[in-house]
Amino acid sequence: MTYIAKPKFQHPGLPKNELGYTHRDYEGKVSTLCAGCGHDSITASIIEACYELSIEPHRVAKISGIGCSSKTPDYFLGNSHGFNSVHGRMPSVLTGANLANRDLIYLGVSGDGDSASIGFGQFAHSIRRAVNMTYIVENNGVYGLTKGQFSATADRGSKSKKGVMNTDNAIDLVAIALQLGASFVARSFSGDKSQLVPLIAAAIRHKGAAFIDVISPCIAFNNHAGSTKSFDYVREHNDAVNRLDVLTGRDPITVEYAPGTVQVVEQHDGTRLALRKIDADYDANDRLAAMTFLQKHAAKGQVVTGLLYVDPDAEDLHTHLDTVETPLNTLEAKDLCPGSAALEKINASLR
Amino acid sequence: MKPTDISAPDYFHKVVDCQWACPAHTPVPEYIRLIAEGRYSDAYMINWKSNVFPGILGRTCDRPCEPACRRGRVEENPVAICRLKRVAADFKDDVKHRMPRPSAKNGKRIALVGGGPASLAVARDLAPLGYHCTVFDSDPKAGGMMRSQIPKFRLPDTVIDEETGYILDLGVEFKGGHRVDSLKKLLNENYDAIFIGSGAPRGRELDIPGRKEAAGNIHIGIEWLASVSFGHVEKIGRRVIVLGGGNTAMDCCRTARRLGGEDVKVIVRSGFEEMKASPWEKEDALHEDIPILNYMVPVAFKHVSGKLIAVTFQKVKAEYDAKGRRNLVPSGEPNQTIPCDDVLVAVGQENAFPWIERDCGIEFDKWNMPQVDPNTFVSTNPKVFFGGDAAFGPKNIIWAVAHGHDAALSIHKMLSGEDINERPLPEVNVFSQKMGIHEWSYDNDISGDKRFKVPHRDKVIALKDIKAEVELGYDVKLALGEAQRCLNCDVQTIFSAPACIECDACVDICPMDCITFTENGEEDDLRQRLKAPSPHHDQALYVAEGLKTGRVMVKDEDVCLHCGLCAERCPTGAWDMQKYLIDMTYAGSTCQSKARSAA
Repeated sequence: MTYIAKPKFQHPGLPKNELGYTHRDYEGKVSTLCAGCGHDSITASIIEACYELSIEPHRVAKISGIGCSSKTPDYFLGNSHGFNSVHGRMPSVLTGANLANRDLIYLGVSGDGDSASIGFGQFAHSIRRAVNMTYIVENNGVYGLTKGQFSATADRGSKSKKGVMNTDNAIDLVAIALQLGASFVARSFSGDKSQLVPLIAAAIRHKGAAFIDVISPCIAFNNHAGSTKSFDYVREHNDAVNRLDVLTGRDPITVEYAPGTVQVVEQHDGTRLALRKIDADYDANDRLAAMTFLQKHAAKGQVVTGLLYVDPDAEDLHTHLDTVETPLNTLEAKDLCPGSAALEKINASLR
Repeated sequence: MKPTDISAPDYFHKVVDCQWACPAHTPVPEYIRLIAEGRYSDAYMINWKSNVFPGILGRTCDRPCEPACRRGRVEENPVAICRLKRVAADFKDDVKHRMPRPSAKNGKRIALVGGGPASLAVARDLAPLGYHCTVFDSDPKAGGMMRSQIPKFRLPDTVIDEETGYILDLGVEFKGGHRVDSLKKLLNENYDAIFIGSGAPRGRELDIPGRKEAAGNIHIGIEWLASVSFGHVEKIGRRVIVLGGGNTAMDCCRTARRLGGEDVKVIVRSGFEEMKASPWEKEDALHEDIPILNYMVPVAFKHVSGKLIAVTFQKVKAEYDAKGRRNLVPSGEPNQTIPCDDVLVAVGQENAFPWIERDCGIEFDKWNMPQVDPNTFVSTNPKVFFGGDAAFGPKNIIWAVAHGHDAALSIHKMLSGEDINERPLPEVNVFSQKMGIHEWSYDNDISGDKRFKVPHRDKVIALKDIKAEVELGYDVKLALGEAQRCLNCDVQTIFSAPACIECDACVDICPMDCITFTENGEEDDLRQRLKAPSPHHDQALYVAEGLKTGRVMVKDEDVCLHCGLCAERCPTGAWDMQKYLIDMTYAGSTCQSKARSAA
C-alpha cells in the first residue's frame, strides 16, 4: 500500500484505444494491498485487457466477495458498476445481476478462500449453469488477511512461512471447472502479463462461463522456499501449453505463424483466438484430454498454464432459459403483465 | 544495451535536466525544496555558490534550465525556476555573515579587465584564497553590462549594488572609471595572471542608405541603453522603430515606451518564431502595446534635411533549401515605408579588442577573436585568460559566470604550479531519502498545479516610471505553490537487481509507464519495446541486469515524476529514492592534483 495518491499525470505519448481512452482511464483507486502483491498485477492485467478491447467502462459490472482478492475491484475500472458481496456469495449475486441485465459484461473477482472454501458451492453452481461471465480467481494458496494459514488450494506437501507442512489435499479449481462444464478454462500467473492479458481479453469476449485461475503469490505469507505458489516456484515449474493472441474485428491475421504451430478458434462474437502452441500435442478443444493432461502434470509438480479448454460454440444461461433478448430490467409493465384476459385464458386451460 | 553505470557522475547529473542545462550547474531542485521550506537564506547561498548573482539572474537570466525542465515534458509549462531564484533573493535574511571572509593575502596579484559578471565571478572564487584581485572598469561602478544595458525596470540598481558588493567586500580592489587601453602596459605591471572579461561592447552597425545623413535620429541599441542607464538620455521621439529581434531589441523598445515613445514598433527580418529574444521578453513587449512586425528587411532610412522621417523595408519570406537552411528571399510584395522619429538599431553585438596589441603573445583567429581554450579559458599567452562574452562572443550572464568559475580554477592551478588541463572531477554524493515505510525526506506528492504567473506592476504606472520594476516577484504563497511543482529530479530512482523478485509492482504503479522488464537488446530495438513510447532519445535509458529470469530492467528517465511510488511499492527494497548532490569543482575546493580517471 501507499500513502500518496497515484499522480494524475500520465505519459504524454500514451496510445489511445478506439474510444480515445488510455489504459490509465481504466484505473480505479490506488491499491491498499501489500507492496508487491500478485493481485495488483492481475488488476493491471484487467485494466490492460479492458483498454485493449476498448470496453466502455459503464458496460462492465465487477462483482466480488470477501478477501484480499475481492478488494481489488476497487483498484480497477473506477467508472464501472461494482458490488462487493458477502463472503463466497459473488457467484449468486453475479448470476442474479446477469439475469436482470444480460447486456453488461460481468467480471467476477474472487480468491481461493472465497471460491474454494466458503463459496465452493456457489462457484460450482455458477459454472454448471453457464452464466455468461469472466470468473477470475486470484489464487495465492493462503489466507493472507488472517496471516497465512493454508487455504484449500494449497498443495499437499507445501510449506507455510513458519515451515509447517500442509497435509490436506488441494482443490484444483481448474479441474473442477472443467468437470463442471465451463466452456472457457485457463490458468495463468500474475508474474506473466504477456500470457494473462490476452487470456482475460479472450474470456471477456467468450459467451458462457469463462474461468481463469491466476496463481498470484502472496508476498507477505506465501513467497518462501517450500511454497508452491511463490514467484520462484511458479517460474520454475510453469508449463505453458500455448500463448494466445486475441484478434478482434474482421482484419485478416497479419502475424505469420509457422504451419502447424497455431490453432485459430473463432468465438461467437467474431473474436478469433490464435493459440500459438508450445506443447504441439495439446488440443484446447478437447475437454477430456485437458483433464487428463492437467492431472498428469500436476502429479509431476508442474503448473500447467495457458488456455486449457475453449468451446467456441458454447451457450449461456440465457440461452438455456430461453429468456428474451431485452434485458429483464428494461421490460415495461405491459411486457411483463399480459393482463387479466390472458390470465383468465391460462386459468381456463388448466381447469 | 550495456548496464548503466550509475556511478559515473554525469549519469544522474543529466537526469537533473535543469542542473545539467545550467552552465553553472546550479543545484536547482535542492534550492527549490529549501524555498518550499521557507529557508530562503539557505536557498540563496546555494545559488550564490553556483551562480554568484542570484538576485540579478533571478530577474534577467536567459534560463537555459527552463526549456530543459522535465515538468515541461510532463505538462505544458516548466517550473518557473528563474523567478524562484529571485524569491530566494527577495525573502532572504541578511546573509553578509555567511560570505567568505577576506583572507590573508598570498602575495599573488590578478588583474581583471572589465567589471562585469565574468570578472566578478573570477574575483569571487580567487579573493577568498588570498589572491589580490584588481578589477578595472571604465564605468564608475561594478556590474558591467548588467548595469549599463539592462533597463532599471527589469533590474534595479539596488540589486546590482548588493550582489557586486558581496564580491568587492571580499577584499577585491575595484578601479572604476579606469579604462584599460593597452594590454601591453598591463602585462608590464607584472600581474601573476590577467583575466579579460571585457564583454562584447560594440553594437553592430546597419549600413544602409541614409544612415549617415539621418545619424542624429539613429541610435545603436546598446550604446543608447547605456546612455539611458547613466541618465545622459531622457527622452525619445513619439514614433520609434526598433530594428532587431534579440533581447536587446526588447529592452530598447520597452525603454523607448517609457521615454516618450507612444508609437513604438519592433521590426525584424526573420519570422516571429525565429527571433532570438526569449519568449517571455517578447511577451512583455507585446503586453506594453509594442507590435512586432516580421519578415521585413530595412533597405533605406528616409530623411529630409538631415532629419529622419521614415524607414523603408523590403518584404521577404523564408525559403528552406535541401539542407534545411533558411534563406530570406524577396516575397515580391511592394516595399513598405514606415514613418518614424527615431530608430534604435539592435541587430547584434560584436567583440572589439583595439586595446590588445597583436604582438603580446595572444593569437587571434580569422574573425578577430582571441584563441581561447574552451576548457581552461587560457589564451595563447599562458598568463592571460578570457571569459564571458570576451571569450566566445555574446552570450548571457550565466555563461559568463560559468566561464569565470573555470578560468578561476585555471588561474589557481597555474599559480599553484599544477597542470591547468587536468580538471578535477566534481564531488558526488548519493544517499537514501528513506525515512520510514512510506516516508521520504522530500515531499513526493506531485502537485498538479499549472505554472503560477508572476505578478506585474500595473501597466499605466509602470510605463510612467523608467525605474519602477515591472515584475513584482512571487509572494510567499505563490512561491510555495510554484516550488511544489518541482519534480525533485535530483532524488534518483536507484535499482538493485539482486533484490528484485520481478513482481511487477513498480511497473504497475508507475504513473508514467517508465519501467519495463524485458529481454535485452540494442538501444533502438529496446526503445521500441518499452511500455510507453520513447520519443526523446537524448533522455537516457537506465538498464540493469542480473535478474533471475535473465531479463533486464529498463527505465526511461524521460518523464519520471520522481514520485517514489516504485520504491513504495517494492516489497524487497530493490528500488530506493536517493538524492544526488554534485559539488562542482571550484578553485581551491579540491585536493591538489589528485589524478582521477574520467568517468
